[in-house]
Amino acid sequence: MFDFVAILGQWPLLLHGVMWTVILTVASAPVGVAAGAAFAWVRADGPPWGKAIVATYVELIRNTPFIVQLFFLFFGLPAAGIKLSPEASSILAMVINLGAYATEIIRAGIEATPRGQLEAASSLALTRLQTFLHVVLPPAFAKVWPALVSQIVIVMLGSAVCGQISTEELSFEANLIQSRNFRAFESFVVATAIYLALSIALRRLLNWLGPRFLFGRSA
Amino acid sequence: MIDFTVWDIVRNLLDAAQWTIALSIVAFLGGGTVGFALLIGRLVGGRSGAALIGGYVQLFQGTPLLMQLFLAYFGLAMFGIDTSAWLAAALALTLYTSAFLTEIWRGCIAAVPRGQWEAAQSLALSFSEQLRYVILPQAIEVATPPTVGFLVQVIKGTALASVIGFIELTKAGTMITNATYQPFLVYGFVALFYFAMCFPLSVCARILERKLHAARH
Repeated sequence: MFDFVAILGQWPLLLHGVMWTVILTVASAPVGVAAGAAFAWVRADGPPWGKAIVATYVELIRNTPFIVQLFFLFFGLPAAGIKLSPEASSILAMVINLGAYATEIIRAGIEATPRGQLEAASSLALTRLQTFLHVVLPPAFAKVWPALVSQIVIVMLGSAVCGQISTEELSFEANLIQSRNFRAFESFVVATAIYLALSIALRRLLNWLGPRFLFGRSA
Repeated sequence: MIDFTVWDIVRNLLDAAQWTIALSIVAFLGGGTVGFALLIGRLVGGRSGAALIGGYVQLFQGTPLLMQLFLAYFGLAMFGIDTSAWLAAALALTLYTSAFLTEIWRGCIAAVPRGQWEAAQSLALSFSEQLRYVILPQAIEVATPPTVGFLVQVIKGTALASVIGFIELTKAGTMITNATYQPFLVYGFVALFYFAMCFPLSVCARILERKLHAARH
């Protein structure tokens, strides 16, 4: 009844899909987290109008579905004169989406900074930016890293939707395979299994990367 | 070609939003029921039961909801069940919701101090009595804010049902866009309607959480 060989025989397509899913994630995750850190700084230490803009952005993104954000960018923006390729739209949508969640997550880490740390930094004559980058941010990252890792995994899984605007990622290729051989169920079982493996691998990788490159091992 | 006024667009989207709400309610109630059953299974099922349910949670949290929807849609058909997009979407979203809710609630049960279980046992209460009169009343208090918060994820999740052809808010947006060629306006309204549904729940979850923290400190 089931025919998985027909799916696995299409491995070049699957590989191509995995490659694009990885590209989308690798391109959007660092930018999204960096944007989140920058916005979190504005929320903690910025002017009132800056705080208001960031708060609005965060609430708008967190309370609307990713697929609508993607469609708005890909179908809506050309009407406003900005035309983006499917791949660029996908990456931009993922950055915007992750940025909003990362802002909230990193903000929680920043709020937990002890006052004495800030006083020590200002007594060393560090500027506000230096204080944020070297005193506030590293321990904040260490504190919220598990939540941030989960969010990056969620965004990677969310990229399955990008196939709907013809970005050739894994779910797009799974759809292509099933449209050729009508083995829809098997095709999506294989794709789902690959996504599961990807999410486990990504989680491991980030748990390994974070302490080594983003904040001290001791933190 | 039919001319769509802005009011026509809004009216049609409002109609479709009812299906978003209906699907959300079905997924939330169904997912809540299944999630609660899994929670009990985890409490009484011993180590193998816990491992099994842990695997279930991992499976749904580690794969895209879109794939789960496709699998439900094509899987039901394979077993000879006449699939409607509505049935497949309701099934997939129910299972997805149950996995997340059971995990959230497990944490809330774990937050009840061990001494409460022991005290209930020493009063010779049966397991179901311990749960009903001692543990759950305390756990529910902790569970309410994240559960309300997760409802936002459920509503947003229903948008993916559009991909398997269920006509809810997002799908209606696509159909109206195809008729009007005004994607900027239409998807703007679609986003606004989702926001109108989700934002109050987000605020509600935040207020509940603040109240809980205030009560505990």
